[in-house]
Amino acid sequence: MKLKKLLAMSVSMAMCAALFAGCGSTESGGSKKGDSDDGLIKIGIINNDPNESGYRTANDKDLKEAFSKENGYDASFAYSLKNDEQIQAANKFIQDEVDYLLLSAADTAGWDTVLKDAQAAGVKVILFDRTIDADESLYEASIVSDMAKEGQTAVDWLKGQNLSEYKVIHLQGVMGSAAQKGRSQALTDTAAAEGWTIVNEQTAEWNAEKAQQIVQSVIDSGESFNVIYAENDDMAKGAVAALDKANISHGVGKDVVVMGFDCNKWALEELLAQNWNYDGQCNPFQSSYIKDIIDKLEAGETISEKTIIMDEKGFDASTITQEDVDNYGI
Amino acid sequence: MAQNKAAPPKTSFFAALMRNQIFIPIAALLLLTIFNLIADPGFFKITLSENSNGDPVLNGYLITVIDYGSELAILALGMTLVTAASGGQDISVGAAIAISGSVMLRVLCGSDARAETMQAPIIVAFLVSAIVAMLFGAFNGTLVAFFKIQPMVATLILFTAGRSIAAWINHNELPIVKEVSFSYFGNYFPGIPIPTPFFIAVICFIVTWALLKFTTLGLYVQSVGINEKTSRLNGLNPEMIKLMTYVFLGLCVAVAGFIKVSRLSTINYSVIAKDIEMDAILAVALGGNALSGGKFNMGSSILGAYVIQYLTTTLYKFKVNADALPAYKAVVVILLVIMSAPVVREKFAQITKKLRAGKAQTSAAKAASN
Repeated sequence: MKLKKLLAMSVSMAMCAALFAGCGSTESGGSKKGDSDDGLIKIGIINNDPNESGYRTANDKDLKEAFSKENGYDASFAYSLKNDEQIQAANKFIQDEVDYLLLSAADTAGWDTVLKDAQAAGVKVILFDRTIDADESLYEASIVSDMAKEGQTAVDWLKGQNLSEYKVIHLQGVMGSAAQKGRSQALTDTAAAEGWTIVNEQTAEWNAEKAQQIVQSVIDSGESFNVIYAENDDMAKGAVAALDKANISHGVGKDVVVMGFDCNKWALEELLAQNWNYDGQCNPFQSSYIKDIIDKLEAGETISEKTIIMDEKGFDASTITQEDVDNYGI
Repeated sequence: MAQNKAAPPKTSFFAALMRNQIFIPIAALLLLTIFNLIADPGFFKITLSENSNGDPVLNGYLITVIDYGSELAILALGMTLVTAASGGQDISVGAAIAISGSVMLRVLCGSDARAETMQAPIIVAFLVSAIVAMLFGAFNGTLVAFFKIQPMVATLILFTAGRSIAAWINHNELPIVKEVSFSYFGNYFPGIPIPTPFFIAVICFIVTWALLKFTTLGLYVQSVGINEKTSRLNGLNPEMIKLMTYVFLGLCVAVAGFIKVSRLSTINYSVIAKDIEMDAILAVALGGNALSGGKFNMGSSILGAYVIQYLTTTLYKFKVNADALPAYKAVVVILLVIMSAPVVREKFAQITKKLRAGKAQTSAAKAASN
């Protein structure tokens, strides 16, 4: 009986602790009221959960490094994948009288009221990574990736390879996501215009295992193919695992061209080893762009172009260097 | 007269088969097989070829089924016991796989996510991950058994938090094991053309079978599931038995997680084993086990798991959009639920009774005319 009680106690304590830990993690980095007198620019950053993906982790790390105390910023962070929690955090930042509010919104809708409050309180809003459905006058600038351009760059590269025939397996991300739409559209359009064969077009939901099963299924059916266009690195990895199992060669100068996106470090290493052919970047390093805008605003300038599209590269296995891997791998 | 005597055992054999749980997955299996035979017999072709390391491997859709269905079958073992004892399901197995897989890679890679060599033997890493997975199983089991929380609600906690915990274990990094020997467990051992996951699954089946055959665990689990109060009056400890089933499921999770991370020698905690809990529950249901607990049939759960993979592979073969897969599975669930509803069963029993009565009459009439 005693043991049972003890067990009950300890478990409930653990649950309470977990609860508190949960509360604590939504807000980190101390921001005390009214300490903007020490010359620091006070900013509040609302981001998605850094655990969401490698992209987000790199994004968060980049922001944390850029907006440090040493660089003259007093930054507070709030993380959530839920819109209502993000809005709460935004309200809190406005109450704390931050100078700038940086926002990567979980959802496109529902931000009008908060942004109007921010404007009334003199807080300047900069959107990064994701846009929202709100009037342009409510924010200073929006820094985004152009997924369609990423896709187009990759497809143009593929076209430039001048293969004698194009038989493509197209592995899509979660259907309806911005990255999937942009990257799929480019391939679909070009394939139709150039007369490429799409052997199989299937969503693997960013998942390596599913990609492996889909490619396995094509191999089992005996259909021939010579290009794998995977909309992220994980799916390309899964596809390559299936190729290895069936002894189909892949990479530079081999039977199958392998293409991925996102530029994970390990993926760029595969490029360097000539096992893959191409990797398209989705740039998570937005801090330099944001800094530019803050500098301009601090200097009293106005921002002419509200939507800023970041430079994004595509890496070719035949030209990639170790330096690229170190600089651009996430 | 002799004819009449021979007839009853025949019908009763068929009736027994119909009544037997394993009939449901076998029927589903036959249905799919017939469909594939008609649509494209090439589905059953198996070829022996070499992989890129020069080792012989078997290829073909059926091999894919027994390969990828293995993790699911292993999870179905634990899920069946949990269902039988607690009358509910554990929906946190996918998240738990993310955790145990992360622990395993953490032990193997040490502090460097891209270590060139393994920092610990595979068996040590597996044991550590098994202990962690069993602890999380015990956590779920405690909530269910001692706090009497509904299993789905209790396991919802880990379902929500699990993948974040997994991310935290490896400091948000995605570790990669570079040594080839680690990948043997999710792929092929050199020289053996049958996928290793299938062997691992068979070992798990044998161990579970022995556990149920030579101990009283199976009996105790069923009696707790059928009536908790009566089993307590008969000297069983229902809480302990429920807890044990969750710990056992934890062990299954560790094995399945091991296979999953070994397949690609890495882990992506946000998508690994996504939605596998639903497939595992479906395997139990497809095996004809009552989801409200009580009696169970382990063999038909295992078969159920492979049937699900069979269905998935078939749909992939016909290039059905992966988005639509859950919809097909939902159709199966709806059919199962309707078929097992008491109202339908009663109606079904009535109809068969009438049919049998009609047959008896005709045969009696025949006998009379003879």
